[in-house]
Amino acid sequence: MLYLSQPFAQHALIAGALVAVTCGLIGPFVVTRGMAFAVHGTSELAFTGAAAGLVVDDNPVGGALIGALVVAVVIGALGGRERERDSAIGVILAFGLGVGVLLLGYYHGFATAATNILFGNIFGVSNDQLFALVAIGVAVVVVMAIVYRPLLFASVDADVATARGVPVRGLGYVFLIVLALTVTAAAQVVGTLLVLSLAITPAAAAQRWSPNPLAVSGLSIGFALLAAEGGILASLASTTVKPSVFVTSISFGIYLVSRVLGPRVSRRAPRHDADIVADA
Amino acid sequence: MPVVTMRGATMQFGDRVLFDGLDLDIAPGEFLAVLGPNGAGKTTMLRILLGLTRLSRGVVEIDGRAPRRGSHDVGYVPQQRAFDRDLPIRGRDLVRFGLDGHRRGLPFGNAAGRARVDAAIRSVGAQSYADAPIGLLSGGEQQRLRIAQALIGDPSVLLCDEPLLSLDLAHQHAVSELIDARRRDAGTAVVFVTHEINPILPYVDRVLYLVGGRWAVGTPEEVLTSAGLSELYGTEIDVVNVRGRIIVVGSDESAPTEPGGHHHHHHDHHDDGHQHHGAGSH
Repeated sequence: MLYLSQPFAQHALIAGALVAVTCGLIGPFVVTRGMAFAVHGTSELAFTGAAAGLVVDDNPVGGALIGALVVAVVIGALGGRERERDSAIGVILAFGLGVGVLLLGYYHGFATAATNILFGNIFGVSNDQLFALVAIGVAVVVVMAIVYRPLLFASVDADVATARGVPVRGLGYVFLIVLALTVTAAAQVVGTLLVLSLAITPAAAAQRWSPNPLAVSGLSIGFALLAAEGGILASLASTTVKPSVFVTSISFGIYLVSRVLGPRVSRRAPRHDADIVADA
Repeated sequence: MPVVTMRGATMQFGDRVLFDGLDLDIAPGEFLAVLGPNGAGKTTMLRILLGLTRLSRGVVEIDGRAPRRGSHDVGYVPQQRAFDRDLPIRGRDLVRFGLDGHRRGLPFGNAAGRARVDAAIRSVGAQSYADAPIGLLSGGEQQRLRIAQALIGDPSVLLCDEPLLSLDLAHQHAVSELIDARRRDAGTAVVFVTHEINPILPYVDRVLYLVGGRWAVGTPEEVLTSAGLSELYGTEIDVVNVRGRIIVVGSDESAPTEPGGHHHHHHDHHDDGHQHHGAGSH
């Protein structure tokens, strides 16, 4: 592991950790709010934004961020109904990808730039990019720490949360913007196509172990860290295989293990329906 | 002193009047059922008391203050609904939301908060399943936890929006008993919106009946009569008492069903438009 003293490897591990923490943190909310497809849509359109950024300013990250934020606002405006929202995301996503491909046709820089956007380029993180990732990571963690409890309430039970004075709609927008920031950052590590492996899979795996929301958040962050850092280290060791392959494989492996071994197959306490009938 | 006071309360959306000039006092520990067809304003009534909707005209006060969002003066019990089996929320977390779910920050419980959650869970007899995922509980178990959630802030009025819907008879009975016990022990007033009076008939003190801009308030015996409801609906309604159950024939939620009754009914609605104060009070 002599690469570990190299700046590119250190940058990669720091960037990977930042992305893992933010993805692991928002993951359970994505799952609870049924927004997996919205994450996918946001990341695909971050690709379109990145392609535009490349063509206009040779700045894929800035473009990706703008693309993701625009999509987040549009999804928010589409409102709450999941089915309607998902079909609209599908429509925008298909068109956005086409535009992205068109834009890349106009790009005359390095050919790898396109695959880097789609599949990630964690070993090419510059000082500036790392600084941007740190800023995004801190912003996401701070915002999530502030809104965590009311957002959980609103995600689980929007009607009662509204009745209790929680600004459900406003929180929905806040979460979409946090999602856009996170997805943009994650795309640097695993690429826009594979963002789900850090934003969904660890959370889905964590849910198999506990029904306690805080424990699920902690496990989700832990699993994401394991996948991201493990994937980067494995890639450094192998030197030929891209880190995205390892990150997604480890993430999927954790999910499979959780699915099989996780204790949450049934409720722990026995049913007591009989008692309710008896004291009725 | 009443918990809820309404004076000249009027609610309308454009030309559509839900109720007009409603005067109502709800005493501590009183059980008020809110009845009426779909769209008559039952849910709007709850939204007004929750501080989510404002009256068009008139005054409403809870404990002497205008209703405001997130107030601990009111507790809210919604309809039972299905949760995903995988949802990472325990019954305990659901109850806890009633205490501080609207507050910023991370949900780290302190000892005092945990003690209150435990007490609320005990008060509804939900200890054995409070730590199970909410998605794996039966409808009756969920509703018990909902009541614990609504009562944990020690409200002076409990607002219930069809909480028995989709529960089987035994659970309907158990949940109603729980609400009744609370209002007797703690003097919590109950405003219970329902389209089906029978499961709660033994507990109800008074009924507020809303129909197409008209309203009536009184004991079930006073309001739920053929003459009273016929006047309220402006069409012929029969109230039949079968072995302690009250059956309303002809109201069919939104419109009378008899063939030929439609034209007559339409005519009545036209009249309603010109007599906003035609609401009768028993």
